[in-house]
Amino acid sequence: MRAAVVVFPGSNCDRDLAVAFKAAGADVEMVWHKDSDLPQDIDIVGIPGGFSYGDYLRCGAIAAQSPIVKSVKAHADRGGYVMGICNGFQVLTETGLLPGALLRNAGLKYICKTVGLKVETSASDYTAGYNAGDVIDIPIAHHDGNYFADDETLKRLQGDDRVAFTYTDNPNGAQADIAGILSENRRVLGMMPHPERAADAGHGGTDGAALFRALSGALQTA
Amino acid sequence: MKARVHVMLKNGVLDPQGEAVRHALGALGFDGVNGVRQGKVIELDLADGTSEADVTQMCEKLLANTVIESYSVEIG
Repeated sequence: MRAAVVVFPGSNCDRDLAVAFKAAGADVEMVWHKDSDLPQDIDIVGIPGGFSYGDYLRCGAIAAQSPIVKSVKAHADRGGYVMGICNGFQVLTETGLLPGALLRNAGLKYICKTVGLKVETSASDYTAGYNAGDVIDIPIAHHDGNYFADDETLKRLQGDDRVAFTYTDNPNGAQADIAGILSENRRVLGMMPHPERAADAGHGGTDGAALFRALSGALQTA
Repeated sequence: MKARVHVMLKNGVLDPQGEAVRHALGALGFDGVNGVRQGKVIELDLADGTSEADVTQMCEKLLANTVIESYSVEIG
């Protein structure tokens, strides 16, 4: 598996994500936001958490217009894998690669804690290492993680089995308790919780490691 | 020329900040504030001849996220 991790000014989970990819056996290249092209033969692009461009205007809005994200979109359009975590999820909704938007948390507070996530589907290369219905412990750290989509979009996501994770105890007001969703071809994942922060025994939990292992297994044989 | 863009969360999209402001106004003794919606105003200083259609494009592409926000443009 060859992974690229995009670094925006204000990204702060980029190295954590790179470490998690490497631990799962990936070759990782960091890509600067001003680069216009991804490195050759990249299987998956990781868009990390943080506060890209200070989250000015809206979270992820400026990043979605950056040169590298144009290449990320082209990569996704070719059927490439893209994974956006936290701010990365916000960037993916702003680009339109994933539907909906992330609003301010309903309780208005920034929330940083470990939450229970229910795995809603194991039918993706991200979630194949879990069983549907498993509950895993993964940290969240966000101010704008309140997933919103119109009713029609929600129905489509649920009907097509594209909800990857839901919160067991909704911390932020997200519609239908949604914590993470998949694209139509199931190769783009956006999620607010941070699996890369639960991928090593030193983190205090390793429930996120199975996601990176499953991905690595799927992309090794690809 | 100047343009002023008003961006608001769409009706039906929860505005927790507006709600917090409404609560704060109530706490200050302002009764009868039934609702508060908070948005933003973006002022653009534009080269003469920029069309309203250009400003609309700016709104669609960047200034508003039309999944959750509506916008209006005031020229001049």
